[in-house]
Amino acid sequence: MNTTWRFLLALAIAVSISACKTTEPTDTTDSSATKPSDVTTSAAPDPNDHTDARNFDNADSLLSKRVVYFDFDKSDVKSEYRAIVAAHATYVSAHNTARVTLEGHADERGTREYNLGLGERRGNAVSGLLSAGGAMGGQLDVVSYGEERPVCRVSDENCWWQNRRVEIVYTAR
Amino acid sequence: MMMTKTMQKIMYTLLFLLVSQLAQAKLEIEIIQGNASALPIAIIPMQWRASDPPPEAGVSEIISSDLHRSGLFDPLDEQDMVDRPVDAESIRYGTWRLLKVDYLVIGQVRDAAGGKGYDIVYQLFDVHTQEALLSQITTVGFGDLRFGAHRVADAIYEKLTGVPGAFSTRIAYISSTGTGKVQNYQLFVADADGFNPQAVVGSPEPLMSPSWTPDGQKLAYVSFEKGNSSIYVQNVATGQRELVSSGRGINGAPAFSPDGRYLAMTLSVSGNPEIYIRDLASGQKTQLTQHWAIDTEPAWAPDSRSLYFTSDRGGKPQIYKIPVTGGNPSRVTMEGEYNARASISPDGTRIAMAYGRGNEYRIAVLDTGTGRMRILTPGVLDESPSFAPNGGMILYATREGTRGVLSAVSVDGNVRQRLILTEGDVREPAWSPVIR
Repeated sequence: MNTTWRFLLALAIAVSISACKTTEPTDTTDSSATKPSDVTTSAAPDPNDHTDARNFDNADSLLSKRVVYFDFDKSDVKSEYRAIVAAHATYVSAHNTARVTLEGHADERGTREYNLGLGERRGNAVSGLLSAGGAMGGQLDVVSYGEERPVCRVSDENCWWQNRRVEIVYTAR
Repeated sequence: MMMTKTMQKIMYTLLFLLVSQLAQAKLEIEIIQGNASALPIAIIPMQWRASDPPPEAGVSEIISSDLHRSGLFDPLDEQDMVDRPVDAESIRYGTWRLLKVDYLVIGQVRDAAGGKGYDIVYQLFDVHTQEALLSQITTVGFGDLRFGAHRVADAIYEKLTGVPGAFSTRIAYISSTGTGKVQNYQLFVADADGFNPQAVVGSPEPLMSPSWTPDGQKLAYVSFEKGNSSIYVQNVATGQRELVSSGRGINGAPAFSPDGRYLAMTLSVSGNPEIYIRDLASGQKTQLTQHWAIDTEPAWAPDSRSLYFTSDRGGKPQIYKIPVTGGNPSRVTMEGEYNARASISPDGTRIAMAYGRGNEYRIAVLDTGTGRMRILTPGVLDESPSFAPNGGMILYATREGTRGVLSAVSVDGNVRQRLILTEGDVREPAWSPVIR
């Protein structure tokens, strides 16, 4: 009897945990893209040097921030994210070989194909700022995933804001 | 060792939660409000005379739930059937009149000639005139008994409403499992009631927007397998497929014209989403819209001479209409802050759409004659309406907790049913044309 209850309790808890599981926003950069030759000195990088690739992994540097968030049904880059985009513009314009894909996303509200358009509009907004900051058109690519790749799946604003995003993904540094 | 009462209470609560999660696989028909004009009918359980053992779900049960779901019929519960006539001679009409049943279906399932499957032998009677309205044999292969039952439901529906049934058609939909970067997307095809799901294509990258050819043989869909959205057309039976569009930017929202001549789609190769049509015979592509707004989700008028689409050119997404020859689009939806993804009824008199207000999205139907808009569903995130090929029902995507599921609603809004489906987050239903 006692064993059965224990089993059922464990089972019930397992079910409830799996039902509540959420996913953390993931780091969008493939770390293997960092070439070993980029790391030439052991001294800590200056976090404000946005041409230094070591700052991609330096939490004090804006280069380590690679997600821009948006308001509902909006695609203008809010002022608090402009410095992040500017830092990446500095890096990309200083490195001819750097290639960036701007992955646009939307939250689940609204229709899917419209949201595909909205995600692209957001990607284009960030791409436009990178170009204005000196990046060349050939270095930038925009892909919209609409609402098809959410980082979380709860139907409230606490989750939605995380999904309304553009991920700045370096395919080459 | 004794367990405390509190502990026991917690256990029962947890057990209840566990069982209720498992019980979600049950079929439920939800009657929203009584429909006074629903036809009372009794489908008597059919005698099983075939040599194989009978299947779990009886033929009469499938017919009953098909007719019920349409909202136009009120089938008698099996437990209320005080009599089970097996042939015309044994029907006591007085009994059925007392039960306020207007129509009666009796029949049997037997081996088809040559051992090739089953014969569903059935008759439909008018209780008041005592006349046999239908007396038919539907023959199906061994694996197709459910399909046979849907065919019988189609015949009864047509006889009593004058409109062909759509129960023996199919639906396509998208299902995804997993979150974040580890996801699996599948395109499924199933019977119109959600049974017999079969995966048509699977991918770790998103799949979207299935759309049937008018002959019901092929599906167009959007796949991200090449890293960006591309449109494919795939034969459902053979699996053979063709890449139709994979230009720069968005390649989305495929929709075949009812006459089979064109494929409409959304492309953003020009810099922002515009509607294009591709002539399927010549392969020639024509740009239909030209505006900085998001123009997407084309849906054909039944005569294939104009298209409806979603555009936010007025500030918010609304439905517009444009002739297939091009020109200035006219705005169709006038009320509401968010109207998108139109599905047009086969007779063109109704437009179903996702109607958004605040954080709530419901399925609404616009009557093109009167201009009146009616909200059909109560959901908070309902979307992707798709008309049945006979116009009697609308299939749509809704939520159950954090999971997407499909529901069908009768076009009068009186009856809703959640469909049994494959696991995962299910969405984007597309109802097939009548497959002949």
